[in-house]
Amino acid sequence: MSLLASVRQGRQGYLLSAPALTLYLGLLVIPLMLTLLLSFNVFDYSTGINSNAYTLDHYSSLLGDPYFYEIFLRTFWISALTTLLCVVIGVPEAYILSRMGAPWRSIFLILILTPLLISVVVRAFGWSLLLGADGLVNQTLQAFGGSPMKLLYTPFAVVIALVHVMLPFMIIPVWTSLQKLDPAAEQAALSLGASHLTVMRKVVLPQIMPGVLSGTLIVFGLAASSFAIPGLLGGRRLKMVATLIYDQYLSELNWPMGAAIAVALLLLNLLIMLSWNRMIEGRYKKSLG
Amino acid sequence: MAFVQLENLGKRYGEIDAVVATNLSVEKGEFVSLLGPSGCGKTTTLQMIAGFVEVSSGRIVLDGRDITHAKPASRGLGVVFQSYALFPHMSVQDNVAFGLRMRKVPNTELQQRVARVLKLVRLDQHAERYPRELSGGQRQRVALARALVIEPPVLLLDEPLSNLDANLREEMQFEIRRIQREVGITTLMVTHDQSEALSISDRVVVMQAGRITQIDAPYTLYEHPRTEFISGFVGKANLLPGERDGAGVVQVHSGGGLTLSLRPEKIDLREKDHGRLQGNIVSRFFLGSQWLYGVSTTLGELSVVRRNDGSAPLAEGTAVGLDWDAALLRVLSVDEVSA
Repeated sequence: MSLLASVRQGRQGYLLSAPALTLYLGLLVIPLMLTLLLSFNVFDYSTGINSNAYTLDHYSSLLGDPYFYEIFLRTFWISALTTLLCVVIGVPEAYILSRMGAPWRSIFLILILTPLLISVVVRAFGWSLLLGADGLVNQTLQAFGGSPMKLLYTPFAVVIALVHVMLPFMIIPVWTSLQKLDPAAEQAALSLGASHLTVMRKVVLPQIMPGVLSGTLIVFGLAASSFAIPGLLGGRRLKMVATLIYDQYLSELNWPMGAAIAVALLLLNLLIMLSWNRMIEGRYKKSLG
Repeated sequence: MAFVQLENLGKRYGEIDAVVATNLSVEKGEFVSLLGPSGCGKTTTLQMIAGFVEVSSGRIVLDGRDITHAKPASRGLGVVFQSYALFPHMSVQDNVAFGLRMRKVPNTELQQRVARVLKLVRLDQHAERYPRELSGGQRQRVALARALVIEPPVLLLDEPLSNLDANLREEMQFEIRRIQREVGITTLMVTHDQSEALSISDRVVVMQAGRITQIDAPYTLYEHPRTEFISGFVGKANLLPGERDGAGVVQVHSGGGLTLSLRPEKIDLREKDHGRLQGNIVSRFFLGSQWLYGVSTTLGELSVVRRNDGSAPLAEGTAVGLDWDAALLRVLSVDEVSA
């Protein structure tokens, strides 16, 4: 019996993965459970959290208040738009990148990854300098005789900064699946009479769908739970769910309400991502195996 | 004028000449192989004909039409790639139908043509499968069917058998030849395997360092290799020194100024002290249908191939005499290009 097979069958497997499992349990499962528990605790503004009493109040107010609906809806359309823009920009970018020769390919790949090395807060401040009322964009507009526009603290600012931050997470999985493509398949399609556009549409795109799918899942998930960018570029008025949770915890000190919103965000995110995954994978599973 | 004509075709990559002023005429229905070691420019030549590589100089004429700078899509040639280059996300049927869909062939005709070509390559049972569910040989057939279904004027095969194991390779060689005969399609095949080129082509083009060094029918090429390189690359050869005798007949002679080629199967083994040359068997390899002996002589070690006629082979160390028909000696010219 090979080592791998014995590891698979015996208790040895669990033993070997115990460190990872402990970490997973301690840092993810237990805090999540505590959050779930907290979201059912009774809260009173004068006495604080009562950890011995349980209630469904937080969830019912979440379901009953249109204020929350608006914020959840905004969070999901901003995330969806960010994901769409990342696909539109990232897929062609990854394709061009995969067609570049050395040394340009590695240089541009590093260039694409460098934003990940810079703190998201620094990048958000960078955008606010550009988009602010007296920022570079508005100064340019005025220099050409235009009137200044309100850019900062709008969904526009949040989406543009999110796309900037999330792009590498789209490019990397698409790039990985592009690596698996046989370049001769494109030549074969050309020789059979296909135009370059048709080759893209019928040969390249269907084969990189798994990469696009993982890219959209990562980007949507990260965007829907993003905190720093909506916080810094959306301002006090343009709230997203993560900033709302922050407010509940630190301004209102209503931890159970914050926990309830966090649980709702997690469940909705899971629901959207799982159905999206099912939908796309269902279409390509048969052919791509 | 020939069906496919390469006129002074050349390709430069920067400072390097990949293909130098190549001239080749291929007749309609002919099966021509481009044979040479890797890096000799044979694949570049094929890619220029297919339109995947820009031509640096010269012309390519197909059936009277200059296609030197035409786009691959407008050439309408059938190409089979070394990696097969099947579309992994499409079934066998859709792979084969791709070219017809690009040509907007009506659906009923499309179905008929796909069915017919799948039958030709004996894959009619696997139309619904995906490439990953097929064996190497079956993938090769799909690639062939996909190229043939568009009824191209010329079929280009780029090392079509190099990814198959030995048994399958031989089977597919005959299969490709059968299909080529049945369809009557003009075919150009690139290969580095001399036995492949010899067994199925009408003519073999030997390329070396970007140049064509010999074009001949397989038998002529084998029997009359022009240069030392070709005699060693196409089949095995013993190289012997020699000179012309008084009557102008070529004879083996140590210290002679000519280089002669003598194929291992053309040497007879005789008893000791008989024949033209004496030697000792130093090595012995069993090839199934044949024995390959290494015989050390005063002219160096010679290879001798004997048919396995069922009798016991000669032991290593046996002293033997070697004999041959002087008419089978070939004079080789010095290589004008180094491979």
